[in-house]
Amino acid sequence: MSTTAALTRGGRAEAWAGRAFVAPALLLIAVFFLFPVLAGFLLSLTDFDLYGVADPSAVRVVGAANYAALLRSSVFWRAFANTLVFVVVGGPLTVGAALGTAVLVSARATRLRGLFRTLLFAPVVATLVAVAVVWRYLYHPRFGFLNELLGLVGIEPVNWLGEPKTAMLAIILLAVWKNFGFSMVIFVAALQAIPEHLYEAARIDGANAWQQFRRITVPLLGPTFLFVGVTTAIGYFQLFSEPYVLTSGTGGPLDATLSVVLHMYKEGFRWWNIGYAASVAFVLFAVILVFTLLQLRLRPRGER
Amino acid sequence: MSRRWSSVLVHTVLVALTAATLFPLLWMVSASLMATGESMSTPPPLLPASPTLAHYRDLFERLSLGRSLANSTLIACLATFFSLLFNSLAGYAFAKLRFPGRERIFAGLLALLVIPAQVAMLPLFLLLRTMGLVNTVWGVVIPSMAGIFGIFLVRQYARSIPDELLDAARVDGASEWRIYRSVVLPLLRPILVTLATFTFMGTWNDFMWPLIVLTDDSRYTLPVALANLLGEHAQDTELMMAGAVLTVLPVLALFAVLQRQYIAGITAGGVKE
Repeated sequence: MSTTAALTRGGRAEAWAGRAFVAPALLLIAVFFLFPVLAGFLLSLTDFDLYGVADPSAVRVVGAANYAALLRSSVFWRAFANTLVFVVVGGPLTVGAALGTAVLVSARATRLRGLFRTLLFAPVVATLVAVAVVWRYLYHPRFGFLNELLGLVGIEPVNWLGEPKTAMLAIILLAVWKNFGFSMVIFVAALQAIPEHLYEAARIDGANAWQQFRRITVPLLGPTFLFVGVTTAIGYFQLFSEPYVLTSGTGGPLDATLSVVLHMYKEGFRWWNIGYAASVAFVLFAVILVFTLLQLRLRPRGER
Repeated sequence: MSRRWSSVLVHTVLVALTAATLFPLLWMVSASLMATGESMSTPPPLLPASPTLAHYRDLFERLSLGRSLANSTLIACLATFFSLLFNSLAGYAFAKLRFPGRERIFAGLLALLVIPAQVAMLPLFLLLRTMGLVNTVWGVVIPSMAGIFGIFLVRQYARSIPDELLDAARVDGASEWRIYRSVVLPLLRPILVTLATFTFMGTWNDFMWPLIVLTDDSRYTLPVALANLLGEHAQDTELMMAGAVLTVLPVLALFAVLQRQYIAGITAGGVKE
């Protein structure tokens, strides 16, 4: 047998093995993700509801009626506006806190960097439901530590989760605390990649700490900023568990913390308005898609 | 500013920030050990007057959270096992085995990453319902048995495996399965530890999907059971804190052991993106 023949034979075995090895994962993803996504789009064009769950033959195609209803629904717009506030306020706060702590952790003077990094990261791995339960008590109007702290500087007790004006702020604070560590470790890694000699040169030229930060650190962190910012925004658009736990699944008070996903959950899994809920999911997808494409457009040329 | 002063300043700020960050977790542990109603006084106490494990006993004996602990453990272990198996097979094949259409299929998978999981949830629920998997362990586990991110993670790592090594094994007459089993898997060990940590913690901490799929409280995972408990026992602060400790302690302990691999996994996915 010639070498080429053996290689072709080996190549064929390799190709078959390749197909066989990717098959289980691809099959699972196709059946339990891709198919549901496509089915979801079709569902969003129907009036699938509680009666449809009982008898699928009763389901009718209604075209874009769900999308039209959604755009007319004040509850949807409320949820959308709340989510947008969460993304626009919570996102920059999270990224800012992450950058600030990352700079401190990687400062030249800092000892025990690994320890600080690990401890500051702990909220990221903690179960969201559990820590949201804890924060619910920290926000307690009478016995909560937050009001206790504010009382020290003479601020009157706030009914954080009871007032529509402060409830979303309470959700944002929890989210910033829970998530900043994630972006922080990415910033720390990016900061370590900046060559030390750039700072040395700047110091020789008489640049102070702020000027070094402004002229060296910030520009060189550009791509990381973009990545962290967009990842955070995409994650924050999917807000669900924080308001669910802090407001007992209502999104209250007065829908002040109702998010798009919580709206979808309530409509789909509590009231079984599945067709309508599917259309909410696809509007969310569209918004997230715009953000993702924005990231791809903003990425410097030459990168993937 | 002198170097010494800036060092003192940096450390003061860092220690203060770290203390503030850890405060909710430390208070959770402290309050879980307080007597009933003790935490609800003014000013709120920081430490229990006489620590008690009564609330933990209550959780297991009266509220059967032990069952939820078992459910969570079983679900996280099953998801981790299957995700390691299927994602390592696929990730390795996408990196190292030549077959027609490989690059196109992989690019297609990556494109699917932009779709948020919530978009699939309603039809997936209906699908699992017709398969009789709603309110079962498998209903929770199946969607996390294979994942695009996991495949991507393994593929990036597997690309560094030298082809000569695989070819040498082929010349020796080893089957492709045998090569995967005895050559590739040992080499993938570090990334598989990272993937296992991600999957275990991800399924353990997940809330929305188990909340949707599990309808019977005997089947609840810990986060779902805890959210449910809050409905009836919101006034029992100390009991709720014990439940919160029970829920986060396993993942925090796991993180304490595997934090290096875990953080390395995040930065590998983030910076090189």
